[in-house]
Amino acid sequence: MVGIVVVSHSQKLAEGVLELAKMMAPTANISAAGGMEDGSAGTSFTKISEAIDEVYSDDGVAVLMDMGSAVMTTEMVIESMEARKIKMIDCPVVEGAVVAALEAMAGATLEALEEKVAAARTTKKIND
Amino acid sequence: MTDNKKVIAILLAVAKKIESEKVFLTELDTAIGDGDHGINMARGFQKVEEKLPSLADKDIGVILKTVGMQLVSTVGGTAGPLYGTAFMQAGTTCRGKMELDFAGFAAAFAAAVQGVKMRGKAEPGEKTMLDALCPALAVIESEVKAGSNAGKALANAVQAAKDGVAYTKTIIATKGRASYLGERSLGHQDPGATSSLLILQAIAECI
Repeated sequence: MVGIVVVSHSQKLAEGVLELAKMMAPTANISAAGGMEDGSAGTSFTKISEAIDEVYSDDGVAVLMDMGSAVMTTEMVIESMEARKIKMIDCPVVEGAVVAALEAMAGATLEALEEKVAAARTTKKIND
Repeated sequence: MTDNKKVIAILLAVAKKIESEKVFLTELDTAIGDGDHGINMARGFQKVEEKLPSLADKDIGVILKTVGMQLVSTVGGTAGPLYGTAFMQAGTTCRGKMELDFAGFAAAFAAAVQGVKMRGKAEPGEKTMLDALCPALAVIESEVKAGSNAGKALANAVQAAKDGVAYTKTIIATKGRASYLGERSLGHQDPGATSSLLILQAIAECI
């Protein structure tokens, strides 16, 4: 199963996203990397590294990020893990995580999952 | 121009300068960001300071790369990956070197700036640290070609960085948190450009 990592500047936000995703996909392999090691706001190279380690398998890992340094720090973590199959997905973090967890649980490959999750960028919340 | 022991002394001076200006940097970031630049930089450079004694007999490449890793691991905001990449890239040009001449310094600085551009996907004119770093680099590179003395060249580079910081007040941010503010970012100097200036000043004061 593809693993999923949620990266946020806020520990609570990352954990909250996991909570929502797991409501729809209880057996998804998903980990949170939110905030700094002391709980303050920010993105942590170590937390992201450890979260990827937690859910990594040969099926690969999809990483979702909130903004700014979440993206850049994740990039640096991936550069330090050259041999691994990891994709950063450009999508809103809450909606993207729910779609990712569902797709992963349904056995999607990392490539197929990435396509479905990226589509969350344009999904409407309020229908006409 | 410098050797590994002096590089450590310079990095200590940088850390002290950042610590002494952290409130100012945070104020700048409160105006057009999320109000943590000074706090983050001070936290990162505090860890760098703690690490430096263990690097006393290492080559300049290792020292700079270790500083970079420390910054990306502890700063927490965008300055972490940006300065982290800058120092790590500078470090790769100094692999195995125990001494650095002015041309070597210029090459390291150029690699650092290229690293920031690659990591941040920004160019000058977007109201970022590049608006201080790029003008400073241009001065360093032309001074190296002219065979100038390092001290004089660095003083000129610092002036170029100062002008760059002043320039950031006149433009709208198109990168980073400040870009969310659009026109409201006008009139405010960029915190990242400011911390870059401070780092250059600390280096120049040591040479």
